[in-house]
Amino acid sequence: MKYLHEYRDSGLARSLLKALQKRDYGDRSLRLMEICGTHTVAMFRLGLRQLLPPSVQLISGPGCPVCVTAVDDVDRALWLAQQPGVIVTTFGDLMRVPGSCSSLAQEKSRGGAVRMVYASFDALQVARDNPHKEVVFLGIGFETTAPTVAAAMLQASREGIENFSVVSMHKLLPPAMKALLDGKGMDLHGFICPGHVSTVIGAAAYEEIVLQHAIPCVVTGFETLDLLQGLHLLVDQVLEGKARVINQYSRAVSWEGNPAAQKLLGRVFEPADAPWRGLGVIPGSGLKIRKEWQFLDAASRFAIPRMESREHEGCRCGEVLRGAMTPPQCGLFGKACNPETPVGPCMVSSEGTCGAYHQYHPED
Amino acid sequence: MCLAIPAEIIEIEEEMAVVSVGGALRKASLMLLPEPPKEGDYVIVHAGFALHTVDPAEAEESLRLLRELASAAEDENLP
Ligand code: SF4
Repeated sequence: MKYLHEYRDSGLARSLLKALQKRDYGDRSLRLMEICGTHTVAMFRLGLRQLLPPSVQLISGPGCPVCVTAVDDVDRALWLAQQPGVIVTTFGDLMRVPGSCSSLAQEKSRGGAVRMVYASFDALQVARDNPHKEVVFLGIGFETTAPTVAAAMLQASREGIENFSVVSMHKLLPPAMKALLDGKGMDLHGFICPGHVSTVIGAAAYEEIVLQHAIPCVVTGFETLDLLQGLHLLVDQVLEGKARVINQYSRAVSWEGNPAAQKLLGRVFEPADAPWRGLGVIPGSGLKIRKEWQFLDAASRFAIPRMESREHEGCRCGEVLRGAMTPPQCGLFGKACNPETPVGPCMVSSEGTCGAYHQYHPED
Repeated sequence: MCLAIPAEIIEIEEEMAVVSVGGALRKASLMLLPEPPKEGDYVIVHAGFALHTVDPAEAEESLRLLRELASAAEDENLP
């Protein structure tokens, strides 16, 4: 298949890896964070963590959308699922994320109207098919997903679909990266920037971070050679004391990003402060629905009560998401918490760090 | 939610396309692409929407850089 095999060439990969292993790091220890959960999983699948020299450490970041969803937001979704006449539609990843007392999957098994969809347009179809029900779509995801939800809202308004609304829990990654760098004790030397978020926001979106924090940022693809080249570009910069944005994934990411998607996103949503699991409220890191689109905002259509939410006491997802801890350091990892009975969201999601550790290194 | 591999456009009908993701056929909306793609183009698809048309020239260039990097690395790897 095109754009796949050529980026998996094992001969080239071996040379690139060997070169990383042979570099002179002196007494330096490089902490490089991959923001995106898809990168975390790709690195595990390749066994990269084991193959890199001890001087290069990969730290997993907060780029798994369901993992960073605050437990209050999960509880609000659960409340909606319990309302008569309401159908809650959601991406599959959120189904098994535990709220304070239950999950959407549990609500569904108890007869709650919860439907899993693959795309925002599918949720709109559920609304067309069920004109006498209120259909709520749970909008989670980053800059990649938000425009797709905006597209469904635009379509709903064009068609005059009145029984459709959206809960916007979308989040923006650059503000979270800044918050991580502003936090205490976060010794990071470079970011492997998310490939597909960058498709929308463009490589230019990281310039401000580089300027303010002098930290190298490399937008990286997901294949073996992409990852290795991305690492080379970061290591080079760190060892040479440079910091700039480099776009390794230029076949899928342009410097400015996707203007059509950005425009639609900005038409429907505006930045707002948002709560992140493990990171607290980060200014300007969320997207709320603009006033003009309030008629499609589930938050104004339903009187959702304030939640008395609580996270599971032993779950250390917050620290894992900040890169302050690895999953095996959590006392519940692989015992009370495993993919069958996940205690925290980081174990549920296919992009979650705990889930990835469990799948690839259950014994660590 | 993220498909990390590019999808090939098989058929376009107005703003929707049938795409092949490693052989599996799916539907994807084209309405978020800045430029309309053609059949045979590869696109990055996320949650049912194409978000970028893979640029063949950029892909070539990045492979060229990769090979260059690898051969420089090979030279250094020689004892
Ligand atoms: S292993 Fe489970 S309980 Fe521990 S941090 Fe991860 S998700 Fe939370």
